[in-house]
Amino acid sequence: MNNLWGDSLPGFWSAWIIVITLGTIALSAWLLFANRRTDKQPDAEGNVETTGHAADGIEEYDNALPKWWFQLFVGTVIFSLGYLVLYPGLGNFAGVLGWSQEGQWEEEVARAEERFTPIFAQYQEVPIPELAKDADAMQVAERIYLNNCAVCHGSNAQGGYGFPNLTDDDWLYGGEPDNIMMTLNNGRNGLMPAWQQLGEENIENLTQYVLSLSELEHDAERAEQGESTFMSVCAACHTPQGTGNIALGAPNLTNDIWLYLAQGQTVADSIRQTLRNGRNGHMPSQTAYIGEERVHLVAAYVYSLRFSN
Amino acid sequence: MSTALEHPTYNYKVVRQFAIMTVVWGIIGMTLGVILAAQLVWPELNLGLPWTSFGRLRPLHTNAVIFAFGGSALFATSYYVVQRTCQTRLFSDKLAAFTFWGWQAVIVSAVVSLPLGYTTTKEYAELEWPINILIAIVWVTYALVFLMTIKQRKTSHIYVANWFFAAFILTVAVLHIVNNAAIPVTPMFSTSIYAGTIDAMVQWWYGHNAVGFFLTAGFLGMMYYFVPKQAERPVYSYRLSIVHFWALIMVYMWAGPHHLHYTALPNWAQSLGMVMSIILLAPSWGGMINGMMTLSGAWHKLRTDPTLRFLVVALSFYGMSTFEGPMMAIKTVNALSHYTDWTIGHVHSGALGWVAMITIGSMYHLIPRLFGRTEMHSVNLIAVHFWLATIGTVLYIASMWVNGILQGLMWRAINADGTLMYTFVEAVEASAPGYFVRLIGGLFWVTGMLIMAYNVYQTVKRSEAVSQQPMPQAA
Repeated sequence: MNNLWGDSLPGFWSAWIIVITLGTIALSAWLLFANRRTDKQPDAEGNVETTGHAADGIEEYDNALPKWWFQLFVGTVIFSLGYLVLYPGLGNFAGVLGWSQEGQWEEEVARAEERFTPIFAQYQEVPIPELAKDADAMQVAERIYLNNCAVCHGSNAQGGYGFPNLTDDDWLYGGEPDNIMMTLNNGRNGLMPAWQQLGEENIENLTQYVLSLSELEHDAERAEQGESTFMSVCAACHTPQGTGNIALGAPNLTNDIWLYLAQGQTVADSIRQTLRNGRNGHMPSQTAYIGEERVHLVAAYVYSLRFSN
Repeated sequence: MSTALEHPTYNYKVVRQFAIMTVVWGIIGMTLGVILAAQLVWPELNLGLPWTSFGRLRPLHTNAVIFAFGGSALFATSYYVVQRTCQTRLFSDKLAAFTFWGWQAVIVSAVVSLPLGYTTTKEYAELEWPINILIAIVWVTYALVFLMTIKQRKTSHIYVANWFFAAFILTVAVLHIVNNAAIPVTPMFSTSIYAGTIDAMVQWWYGHNAVGFFLTAGFLGMMYYFVPKQAERPVYSYRLSIVHFWALIMVYMWAGPHHLHYTALPNWAQSLGMVMSIILLAPSWGGMINGMMTLSGAWHKLRTDPTLRFLVVALSFYGMSTFEGPMMAIKTVNALSHYTDWTIGHVHSGALGWVAMITIGSMYHLIPRLFGRTEMHSVNLIAVHFWLATIGTVLYIASMWVNGILQGLMWRAINADGTLMYTFVEAVEASAPGYFVRLIGGLFWVTGMLIMAYNVYQTVKRSEAVSQQPMPQAA
């Protein structure tokens, strides 16, 4: 069973569309020609006599249709019929040119691939650290970055709330070429579980302990109490020293860099919020969107950001 | 309203009510537009509150200007014109009063529900289902009052203005009911009975015919009465009005798919939307020609009559935007213009240049007559309003043309390596000056409307008792 709104219509509906389309156009044309002639002659001012009826004092002349307007109308009808011969419109009739928007798109993509792929392909075999120093390649790569990555990581690549800064040397999943390629090709899912069940007392103690790891102002007594909880609950991912683990994407808690620090929020409040509710970070895989060649260039661009600092 | 103003034959009370509300809603709707324009220049003006955010105020603006301002103007003029040209009183005073209070209730519901975030998400049909039912009831009542008045006419012919009003009323009833068919889920939430592409197509069949019938046919009805009246000249061509009327209402129905070029809508439907939009050019221009040519022999009146100037400039903008529309419906042009500010500019050249100016011209003719005066309190203030409105419209549409073409070109510009030359935000940044000019244009408009309100207030305040007019002579 064909779908009425698919490009292939059931025979009846195809015929129906053809009939009402051509019928409407024919009716418009008939209306135009049927009212073309008037036998009344214009007076000195160029107006013909009125129809004879008046509505609230308004009379109506019976002037002929302006010639240029008549021709304009006929012209648009001819154009339309021509268009419907050349292009799809009359039901299942695909048009003499065989044009479709899908075909147009495929053609344009094929043309673009042919033209632009060699530009990206030439960089494919260059190792990332080397590519990162190639100014021409990095100009291309920056454009790809700006149009695909900047929406989250910012046009200056310094990230934002929940989106990592790519210009510093703190890497959730590692900053070596292989790590970056892995992130771009497969995406990442960062999960910090919620620890509400530990109770507010423990959460406060943990908060003070985490503050102490970055040598921020903290309550020493509570931090000391939090340390044992940290060792039993948090150290598995963040390591006993709190320096994080790139295999899991567990952040380093000792360098005073906070991924989820909202504007106007204190670090302590951000930590409490993280402990109570957990966090869920998502970096989508890029390969499906921009293809391997461009991923390779973007990886080199991200790698190159360390040099600009 | 004092009973001294009552006309012996006609029901002027409901016309007066709608005419005054036209001015009130005009100011409110356009002020909302100015706030939105300012938010696009300074986003902080959304105050960080959900109720005043762009997404909620924008549908309120469109509903207020189209249905509250435009709707009240159409009710006022159609009730006035049908009585005067059929030489009979409205079919029912009670039902006419119901349409006034019902319509105001609809608008007040919009003013409350849209900022609260209730929306069906259908453009120009955002109101939720209980309000939609009220609209349907009010509209069917309107149709009944209008058509029964025509049936009871004391003239042999039905004047052309009434064809347009009748077509607009009947079609809007059908459009509204079909597009808003939905399954209620909660008292303020429903889901459309259509899905996916069909839903989009029904929406734009409605959306474009809202333009074609609400904002075009209805206002052409207004034009066909107030232009020959104000110019005191016969209508140019009866046969032209026949041809363009039937062609217009027949072809407009097909134009909706041009809003869905290069989407999931099948190719054939897109093409039909495009060719019918092109055929629509001549029928649309038929109305402009008939209005403009009606002035032949009366052009000198433009020097002294700013009301007539409003009506004529409205026709010029009508001609311009009905040329622009078919052009934008051509796929190649649409590929550049779609989703840009060009569309917003096009809509406003119709909405401000045509709809609002023809309405204001008609109101300046109508209001003194409704309140027993021969002229507005100040003709000079009409002239000031005219220039504010004209300059405001030009600033608005010119800035949006520039922005639209700029955005279209920036979005498609690519570097030698095939990457996009500009990020999206760069196109937004480049649009900022245009948004500022648009805001200035909007401020011109609101200032003009406030001057109108003052002029109307003075006219009404000093109104004398309506002279006991005799019945107009029979045809």
